[in-house]
Amino acid sequence: MKKYLPLAVSLSVVILAIYLNLPTVPWFFGVDVRTKLGLDLKGGVQALLEADLPATSTVTSDQMVGATKIIENRINGLGVSEAQVVRAGDRRIVVEIPDVADPDKALATIRTTALLEFVDLGALSVQEAQLLEGQTIRTDFGLTGVITGTDIVTPSMRTWHTILTGKDLTSAAAQAKTAGGYDVAITFSNEGATAFATYTGANVGKVLAIVLDKKVISAPTISTKIDGGKGVITGNYTLESANEFAVQLNSGSLPVPLKVVNSNVVGATLGEDSLNKSLLAGAIGLAMVVLFMGLYYRLPGVVADLALVCYALISLAIFRVMGVTLTLPGIAGFILSIGMAVDANVLIFERLKEELRGGRSLNVAIDMAWSKAWPSIRDSNISTLLTCLVLYIFGSTFGATLVKGFSITLALGVITSLFTAIFVTRSFLHVVLDNVKASENPSWFNA
Amino acid sequence: MLDIVAKKYWFFGLSMLIIIPGLIFLIAFGLPLGLDFRGGSLLDLKFESGTAPTAEEMRSVYLAQGFKDTVIQTSGKDGLIIRSEKMEDTKKVELTAAIESQFGKVTVNRYENVDPAIGAEVVRQAGLAVAAAAILILVYIWFAFRGVPNAHRYGISAIIAMLHDVLVIVGIEAMLGKFLGWEADALFLTALLTVIGFSVHDTIVVFDRIRENAIVYRRLPYATMVNHSIVQTLDRSINTQLTVMITLLSLVLLGGTTTQHFVIILLVGIFSGTYSSIFNAASILVVWENKEWQTWFKRKAQEPAA
Repeated sequence: MKKYLPLAVSLSVVILAIYLNLPTVPWFFGVDVRTKLGLDLKGGVQALLEADLPATSTVTSDQMVGATKIIENRINGLGVSEAQVVRAGDRRIVVEIPDVADPDKALATIRTTALLEFVDLGALSVQEAQLLEGQTIRTDFGLTGVITGTDIVTPSMRTWHTILTGKDLTSAAAQAKTAGGYDVAITFSNEGATAFATYTGANVGKVLAIVLDKKVISAPTISTKIDGGKGVITGNYTLESANEFAVQLNSGSLPVPLKVVNSNVVGATLGEDSLNKSLLAGAIGLAMVVLFMGLYYRLPGVVADLALVCYALISLAIFRVMGVTLTLPGIAGFILSIGMAVDANVLIFERLKEELRGGRSLNVAIDMAWSKAWPSIRDSNISTLLTCLVLYIFGSTFGATLVKGFSITLALGVITSLFTAIFVTRSFLHVVLDNVKASENPSWFNA
Repeated sequence: MLDIVAKKYWFFGLSMLIIIPGLIFLIAFGLPLGLDFRGGSLLDLKFESGTAPTAEEMRSVYLAQGFKDTVIQTSGKDGLIIRSEKMEDTKKVELTAAIESQFGKVTVNRYENVDPAIGAEVVRQAGLAVAAAAILILVYIWFAFRGVPNAHRYGISAIIAMLHDVLVIVGIEAMLGKFLGWEADALFLTALLTVIGFSVHDTIVVFDRIRENAIVYRRLPYATMVNHSIVQTLDRSINTQLTVMITLLSLVLLGGTTTQHFVIILLVGIFSGTYSSIFNAASILVVWENKEWQTWFKRKAQEPAA
């Protein structure tokens, strides 16, 4: 009975796989096994963000982790589920939001740094400072190394010194103005309050700039030392815009300024269309391969076909359990791995034919075929896995999710195909051969 | 028996027949790079009215928004794909508003925006990725064939066969770029790297047979033994290629347009990969073993009689 053990194992794995593939089984031991579709299949927004600092300055891992968290909070505020915010490389973050109703708004939400800065305008006069309102200026926040803040000519070209940032705030709220319209009231943290009091105390009569995302929103004159850690950002806000601004300030400004370097929006209809077409193509491709194998290799071919179907079931189950996100190239990778799975079987069957021609008994020939075909199966698949590894690393650095998806499905496919070719096909074949005599039916083997 | 090794220079020649025109196109016209590498923006629009405006009408809308160089393709009766230089996401909002006010409601099927700096970096990293893959594979084959004399030759021959496939693909992409306006994007790169993997996969199967036969047929001349190995693995090489091509063909014919370009390149590459494994890779070993280059430039009379 020992020889039926591999068969028992194979069948249990396949039954488990079928169970896992049932659409009605969304959970398995606490793991969410619902099939995850990529943005290219169900539509959505993808954006690649990069730290907006000179390449020479260092961005710490903590800053990036912080930025990732904040963006995640903001996106969750949009009310979408399954959004992903992942770091990519040292200075980049990939954001993926599926099923989003308004892609433009989502991009705007991600893009806003909400970096609030209180900037020292030095000896600038009130008039000069007023000219800066609405303009984009450079500040030294986040910059490292030598700051040449004092020697540049025009105010807009100069790098100004940042005294405090949004990090030093504890809360912000819309506040009605007596003259109509709204301001945003802010409260500093203890350290923020102390620093602000010290600064304002030492600079009474000078101008201070309140800068949001490097744009000067107002340039008030410091009339007196500001104690108590409270302040007001004045502006022409409506209730809505004041609230929005306050929310941004509360959810936190980014520890590093980020810019959107790549953005990508896929409409849901295009995605659905692609998915259906690819699935159909995959099914037809698989059917043709099954037909070819059966016609060419006869009985072993049919056995391999069974193994191939098992292979497809097991792979899909693995994708579900491991939470692999299926993308179009991912499906292409999977379909390609079907071809590679066939290859392992073809290699073995060609060997089998040779061994049979050499006059060996069938059961011996099967074992010989497997052991002789193994080195080439091993070496060829390892080289494919090495390529997958390179693709995966490449894809991760750039948030090229499509490349990454392809490499993951191909690699998992290759590994699964080794299991099915070595284990499943072989155990099936042994069982079949116990019941069919090759010597009586040579044509069944095309030998 | 089929003697592939004896006709090896014919097969090398056939390869050159594909590679050289490809290279000429590559040098003359370059490889048109897609958004992923060059940077820029793409807007794929579907017009709810059922008829898309003409390319000229659309171009003038873009021009009014400050975009000079636009490439506009139609996609079906009611769709347009517009490529332009990179735009800010805020600009895209203005642009779609302008389009809608003129041509009625649109659905954005796809919108892509890539920073040129990122594109340039991707190109650099892509080169590195190809080199890294080649080196990893070379080292692995060297290791896997360590029991065979001159193991490094197997690794290097496999890499040459792989470069053959890379050149075929890049050359054909350059030609298609010229004639059909195809652009090499991240998916093209994925196809390229997959073909590298597949090509080596295929070559290794042939080499594995040589590795085995080198022990079994120790007395046979090297060229005969190699040819024997190629012929023994021929059925497998062709059948495997057929099954992969069947699946890829069904993807080309039935899969969505998004992956069509990608799959066609894969198809070409996999065909080339099998060709180079059967007709080139092992023959290079023979050329190397016999040091045939010593006779390449000598008179015909000195060639051994066939």
